[in-house]
Formats: sequence, structure tokens, C-alpha cells
Amino acid sequence: MGMNPNVQVIIGRLKLKNPVLVASGTFGYAQEFTHFIDLKKLGAIVTKTITLHPRKGNPAPRTCETPAGMLNSIGLENPGLEVFIQEKLPFLKKIGVPIIISIASEEDPEEFIVLVKRLTKIKEASAIELNISCPNIGHKSLIAQDSKAAYNLIRAVRKVTTKTLITKLSPNVTDITEAALAAQNAGSDAISLINTLTGMSIDVETKKPRLSTITGGLSGPAIRPIAVRMVWEVYQKIKIPIIGMGGIIDTFSALEFFLAGATAIAIGSANFVQPRITIEIIAGLKKYLAENKIKDIRVLVGALKV
Amino acid sequence: MVLKTPRISRQALPGQFLEIKVADSYEPFLRRPFGVHRVRGENLEILYEVVGKATEILAQKKAGEYLDVIGPLGNGFRLNITHSTLNILVAGGMGVAPLMFLAEKLAETKHQVLIGAKTKSQIFCEKEFQDLGSDVKISTDDGSQGFKGKVTDLLQKILPHAISHKPLAIYACGPRPMLQEISRISKKYNIPAQISLEEHMACGIGACLGCVVNTRAGYARVCKEGPVFDADKIVW
Ligand SMILES: Cc1cc2nc3c(=O)[nH]c(=O)nc-3n(C[C@H](O)[C@H](O)[C@H](O)COP(=O)(O)OP(=O)(O)OC[C@H]3O[C@@H](n4cnc5c(N)ncnc54)[C@H](O)[C@@H]3O)c2cc1C
Ligand SMILES: Cc1cc2nc3c(=O)[nH]c(=O)nc-3n(C[C@H](O)[C@H](O)[C@H](O)COP(=O)(O)O)c2cc1C
Ligand code: FES
Repeated sequence: MGMNPNVQVIIGRLKLKNPVLVASGTFGYAQEFTHFIDLKKLGAIVTKTITLHPRKGNPAPRTCETPAGMLNSIGLENPGLEVFIQEKLPFLKKIGVPIIISIASEEDPEEFIVLVKRLTKIKEASAIELNISCPNIGHKSLIAQDSKAAYNLIRAVRKVTTKTLITKLSPNVTDITEAALAAQNAGSDAISLINTLTGMSIDVETKKPRLSTITGGLSGPAIRPIAVRMVWEVYQKIKIPIIGMGGIIDTFSALEFFLAGATAIAIGSANFVQPRITIEIIAGLKKYLAENKIKDIRVLVGALKV
Repeated sequence: MVLKTPRISRQALPGQFLEIKVADSYEPFLRRPFGVHRVRGENLEILYEVVGKATEILAQKKAGEYLDVIGPLGNGFRLNITHSTLNILVAGGMGVAPLMFLAEKLAETKHQVLIGAKTKSQIFCEKEFQDLGSDVKISTDDGSQGFKGKVTDLLQKILPHAISHKPLAIYACGPRPMLQEISRISKKYNIPAQISLEEHMACGIGACLGCVVNTRAGYARVCKEGPVFDADKIVW
């Protein structure tokens, strides 16, 4: 029939040729995937979270497998802002897809402002994702767990940049919509959900934790139902677009997120298992739309029948 | 287990590994790393021990089935093929797996193979190494075969004699404490050693930063900068 459904979506001021992104921290700075896929085909690349100063990260073991998923506690290992700009950005620039730069602060939320100001001057930084939800850097609480703190931070960041701002929320809260509303009201252009859920696994033989940091972040299909539920809850409360993620491993799991209300999706841990999965899902979504005579992917967003 | 992998077989170097998805399901979710044991034309062999979920599933595969394999991955051993060098390969337990492929490449050189395990029934590949013409020595913790003690003790026992052959080079694969001891010996006798490390891997391709080992230059990824490292670079 030759139908060519529209898969283009808009996130803030970003126009994405398709709604398939990669989740921060699961795609490095893209170099590792050049052998596997044509990076140009991605909707956008979200880079591993960077901080102002370099971070060494946590000792090994940093990952372990769990039922239908995995735990990680990388500890935001990254080369820091300046080395990122000098050594990682030149490669990313050349790819020709929007680059969304994920940032976090270590101690002082003021670091976000410094990071954002610097990145605002860089043309190739297409958007900024505020990772206020990393569970692996040893703080007792996350900014994303305190809606007021999140609001103040995003508001301050909003004042210093015109770039598209995406706020990445933590699922480790009682009411996810509270944080999402705070982000919207503070001027965030979009919401990414979800980051990993705090979890723990024990080697019974040795009676030791399987991660060096005892607890870590759970990802993979195991968390998908929680992620879908949170996207659905947030979708009903906010107007800005949602980038949905958590356990997507194929076209059908991606479709769940659109139906729950996500405008775009991000692939995380599945990149580790099938490095070509992003490209397969892009093709799979197009095929699904064509087969079901759906002209535009946006028709699916929040199309859950209740 | 023999895999028909024409491209990987052509490219693989000793010390490199494969990432294998053993089942098309969530259990297990992640791939598992296995060293390249041998290459025969288009065929590639892995040698593994059943220790858990993934290896149990592997053991049930039948001839003719398909496996989802990525590779070859990582940096392997640098080969020292100058004729004057005596190459010493030291394997602990399943550490023989990648050293077989290395021994094949070093078959024309002067080399020795030391294999250690807890007990006689866990000594693998003795005959295969001998068939290559390798000079093989065995150690077992319980003395059920060969030298009684650790393979690193065996190494220390032969070194005073071997040292007359200088230059020497050590290549080792095995459990972590053994590799740490190899590093110590390497430093003490001033013999360069390359060691193949293991760490829990989520991706195997350098993307997750999960598999790090502490080196003098900071954390390095075992799957990308390794799995083979110069022993003197590792901070234990
Ligand atoms: C680069 C590399 C090359 C390897 N080559 C070989 C090989 O040639 N032959 C071979 O038999 N094995 C090899 N291994 C180890 C192999 O990957 C593991 O035995 C395998 O992943 C176990 O999977 P499983 O699901 O059967 O066990 P699981 O159910 O995952 O684990 C069973 C038990 O083994 C432990 N374990 C699992 N993986 C590791 C590991 N990597 N290091 C330490 N403990 C572990 C777990 O903590 C657990 O206690 C290699 C590992 C690496 C990193
Ligand atoms: C190894 C690993 C590292 C991660 N690092 C980051 C990170 O640096 N910043 C971030 O915002 N999220 C990080 N995440 C979370 C993912 O971006 C994603 O939100 C989460 O894994 C859920 O998606 P998934 O189930 O598809 O993996 C990481 C996840 C994993 C598994
Ligand atoms: S296993 Fe992911 S970086 Fe090595």
C-alpha cells in the first residue's frame, strides 16, 4: 500500500525525526555503538550524565543480573564537563541527530546552573536533561523526591537557558504526579520517566550484597509495569510531553508507553542485550502504524481505552 | 561447544571474548561473556563450566541450534613471538579456556603451559596442549595430580631454572587471587606478565561502565580496555 506514517514528534523546541531515543547511561557517548548501528537513524541521543567535575564512580561490582532485569551502581562515572566538551562532543556533533545532554550535580545544586550556562553556549547541545534522580551517588535523598526543591532548581535553570529542558524524574516517590507538576510549573519543556528503582540483591552463599554499594538502581523489563503506570498517571495531570522509558525491549513494549501517554520513548538496558534494538524498534513502530493504517504516531499517544 | 561463526573466527585473537545470549527470554536477561577457546577454520570453540542459569541453558543446546553471539570483543594478548623468548602460560581452573587459543598461536615458539586446579578431575586440556607440542606441567591443591599446591607456587618453583632463558613472558588467566599473585611474581622477578581479568558484565561493549577494574590510570573497563591487561597496571 506504500503508506508512510508520520513518526516525527516535537519535544520542546526539538523536532525529532522519530520518537526513539536512548536512555542516559546506557549508550555511553555513542561511540561504542558505531559498530552496531547507523547512529543517524536515531530520534535523538541522550548522553551519559555528566557532572561539573570528573567522577571516578563506584568500585566493582557495579552491576548484577536480577529477575528480568539488572541492578547497577555505576556512581555517575564521567569525565566532567570540560573533558566531555573537548573529547566526547566532537564525535557526537558529527552524527547529525539531536544530542540531549544529561547533567547532574554532586553536592551543590548550584552546579546545575554552571553546567547549563556553559552548555547553553554550545550550539550542538540540542537539549539538556536534568538528572535529578540518580540513586547511585550516595545521597540520602534526591532532588526529585522533594517537589519544592525540584521546582526551585528547575526555575533557576530555566532563567539561564532557552534550550529545551527535560527533567528526569525518579520513581522512588509516593506520588509521581507531584514531581511532574512541579517540573512543568517551573518551566521544564518535557519529562523523562522513569529512572531506576532502588533495589538490592544478596548472594546467599557468601551472605554479601551483589553490588559494592549494597543498593543500586533496578532497570529492565522487571520495572516496565511501574514505568507504564507512572507515565499514565503523569499523562493525565500534565500538558508537556513525556519521554517514557523503563524495560522497553521490543516494539510492543514501546507501544505500551505511547498508549499510556508518552510522546517519545527511550531504550535503556535493552541496548546492552541487543545493541541494534533501537533501529529494530524504529522499523517496528513504522510497520505497526502502516499495518494498522495509523497515519501518525501522535494518534497513539495516550490512546489507552478505559 | 563448537560454534560456526565465519566472520568472528576470521577476526578473533587470543584473549578476546564473545557475548552470548543463551535464550530468547528474560531469563537470563543479559548476555554472558566467554573467551575464545579455539578456532578451526570457520568454527570457533568455547569451553565453559556450568555455574548458573546461563551456563545450564548452554549445556542443554543441541547440535544445529542457533545462538545469538556478538564478538570478537575486547583486547587480547600481545604475542611475543621472537624466538629467544620463553613464553609461560599459566592457567587456573577454567582459565585454560582462552590460553588454548593463545598456545596455538605460540605453538612455534618456546613455551610452557602450567595448569592448576583444586583437584585432578578439574584439570582440563592437558592432552590438547601436549598435542600442540607444549611442555605441560600440572598442579593440584590436593596433590591428586602433579605438583601439590597452587599453580603460582609451581611457577615460582620453575622460575629459577627458566630465568636462565631470559627473556621470559608470562600470560595468565584464572581466579582473581591467582592473578594478583602472578602480578606479585612478575614484579619480584621483573618478568612482564599479561593477565586476563573477569568482571561482571552487563553489555560487554564498553557502554554501561559496569565492568571496571582499578588501574594505575584510574578505572578501566574490562570489556573494552581489557580483558587482558599488563599485570603492572592493575591496582589490587
Ligand atoms: C571476559 C570473560 C571471559 C570469560 N570466559 C569464560 C570461559 O571461557 N569459560 C567459562 O566457563 N567462563 C568464562 N567466563 C565466566 C562466565 O562469563 C560466567 O561463568 C557466566 O557468566 C556465568 O553465567 P551463569 O548464568 O551460568 O551464572 P550466574 O547464575 O550468573 O552466576 C552463578 C554464580 O557465578 C558467579 N559469577 C557469574 N559470572 C561471574 C564472573 N564473570 N566472575 C565471577 N563470578 C561470576 C555469580 O556471582 C554466581 O555466584 C568469562 C567471564 C568474562 C568476564
Ligand atoms: C548501567 C546504567 C547506567 C545508567 N546511568 C544513568 C545516568 O547516568 N543518568 C540517568 O539519568 N539515568 C541513568 N540510567 C537509567 C536509565 O537511563 C533508565 O532511566 C533506566 O535504566 C530505565 O530504563 P530501562 O529499564 O530501559 O533500562 C542508567 C541505567 C543503567 C542500567
Ligand atoms: S560490560 Fe558494560 S562497559 Fe564493560
